[in-house]
Amino acid sequence: MTNPSVIGRLDIEKIRTLFPVLHQQVNGKPLIYLDNAATTQKPISVLKALGHYYQSDNANIHRAAHTLAARATEYYEASRHTVKEFIHASEVEECIFTKGTTEGINLVAQSWGRSKLKVGDEVLISGMEHHSNIVPWQLISEEKGATLRVIPMNEAGELVMDEFEKLLSPKTKMVAVVYASNALGTINPVKEIIAKSHAAGAKVLIDGAQATSHIPIDVQDLGCDFFVFSAHKVYGPTGVGVLYGKRELLQQMPPYQGGGEMIKEVTFEQSTWNELPYKFEAGTPNIADVIAFKYALEFVNETGKEKIAAHEKELLLAFTDGLTKFGHTIQLIGTAANKVSVQSFLIKGQHPFDTGMLMDAKGIAVRTGHHCTQPLMKRFGVEGTVRASFAVYNTLDEVKVLLEAVHGLTKQVNK
Amino acid sequence: MKSIIEAQDEIIADFSLFEGDMESTLFYLMELGHKLPAMDESHKTEEYLVKGCQSKVWLYPQVQNGKVHFEADSNTEITKGLISLLITVWNQRTPDDILNSDLYFIEKIGMSRMIGSQRSNGFASMIKQMKYYALAFKAKQL
Repeated sequence: MTNPSVIGRLDIEKIRTLFPVLHQQVNGKPLIYLDNAATTQKPISVLKALGHYYQSDNANIHRAAHTLAARATEYYEASRHTVKEFIHASEVEECIFTKGTTEGINLVAQSWGRSKLKVGDEVLISGMEHHSNIVPWQLISEEKGATLRVIPMNEAGELVMDEFEKLLSPKTKMVAVVYASNALGTINPVKEIIAKSHAAGAKVLIDGAQATSHIPIDVQDLGCDFFVFSAHKVYGPTGVGVLYGKRELLQQMPPYQGGGEMIKEVTFEQSTWNELPYKFEAGTPNIADVIAFKYALEFVNETGKEKIAAHEKELLLAFTDGLTKFGHTIQLIGTAANKVSVQSFLIKGQHPFDTGMLMDAKGIAVRTGHHCTQPLMKRFGVEGTVRASFAVYNTLDEVKVLLEAVHGLTKQVNK
Repeated sequence: MKSIIEAQDEIIADFSLFEGDMESTLFYLMELGHKLPAMDESHKTEEYLVKGCQSKVWLYPQVQNGKVHFEADSNTEITKGLISLLITVWNQRTPDDILNSDLYFIEKIGMSRMIGSQRSNGFASMIKQMKYYALAFKAKQL
């Protein structure tokens, strides 16, 4: 991690002025929003872009000859260009707009999986996957007679790389792993996973949903075959995601959904498919949100991912150190050495739902439950956790209030 | 014994003391949960789990001398407090009393604001299940 004093500190108070939603009271207390791994708040530039689009530019893209349609198309494609730069893809055609990470994974599972998987093949996932990177692979594996295998974790919530290597074999056709765990925060060594998987002849999909707002993404440097993420976890609107795929693979893959936009020519006998990326964008897309997404990525670029990551790391360390001081009253879940700004924990003797509601009464928004990672919860022998996740607009003062709240609850439980 | 109306009015009066302060309300609910008589562990089975709740809620009904007696437990303290409110109002009533009563206290104490829509659905499931048991006992009596 880069030292914050070297790269210069962010003016967090100034950043907070860009996020109108943060400035409100919840249950009579100033809102402290710490559910950023579920969704981040949106800067004013994104909100303005959404309003502006519907007020001034609304038209369907790619098809009409009129001015509004041309403008909408231009802005939509400009967003794609910004996405391409943001993840350092080599071509814009490799960046497909989806509804979100879940749709991106389903697209690959249904299109690539259906055309490539055969009886006896294996799909390798990890023990810390979100349900959205488990279930699509279960569905297609069952359909094609393939087997799903799982890379185990150690007690800290890190992948056991020796076991991963043992699981890799000529049967492995796809390795689909999460870059950063939503429940634990663990950053996985994806570059190493990709290299080793490729050496074994497998393709690799990286679920970047939790990583993309925290870690600089370079899909060419990573070498992954597919990379998926959601806009709404990177300060952008909901209902938009990106699937990056290597051109060669995307070209071989059959369409995922049929409809308008994705065709070249349709007769009742047969249809031919449009070029990339449109082949995978059937129907009228979420134009307004895609256009507004550009402003979210620009916010991240202008703020600087390194600075964001350094600030978030400072918040995470302050929180985790604080929790550790409460000793045995707290159970930490997810203690990997390399993490994004996510910390799951339990107050011993208190159900996470109760903790969540008592936190909400203090205006603190944290996530409680299984975080759509039931197998992971089972691995740690818990039903669910309380999760605090930090974004660039959170402050050390907020961490202090959170720690005081946790401390108060531990005393209440042990009274 | 208090009537269903008196029991509800007492709950409304108790909750009004908190003047809408969420934290003290939740702590009070947890306290009520603590006071709920312990449930016979052998009754905590899949059969008596209330469906539609986020947390686990067990509800075991019995009928004694024509009156319904509920035992309940939950794995979360706040939910246990919520079910204790229903038990306060409905325990030792006839099936008809339960089926014909209007639980106006829920709205009066601002329950939905307090527990949110997801838990409100769970709470509605508990009410539905209790009424269902009352109906089943009534059918048996006829």
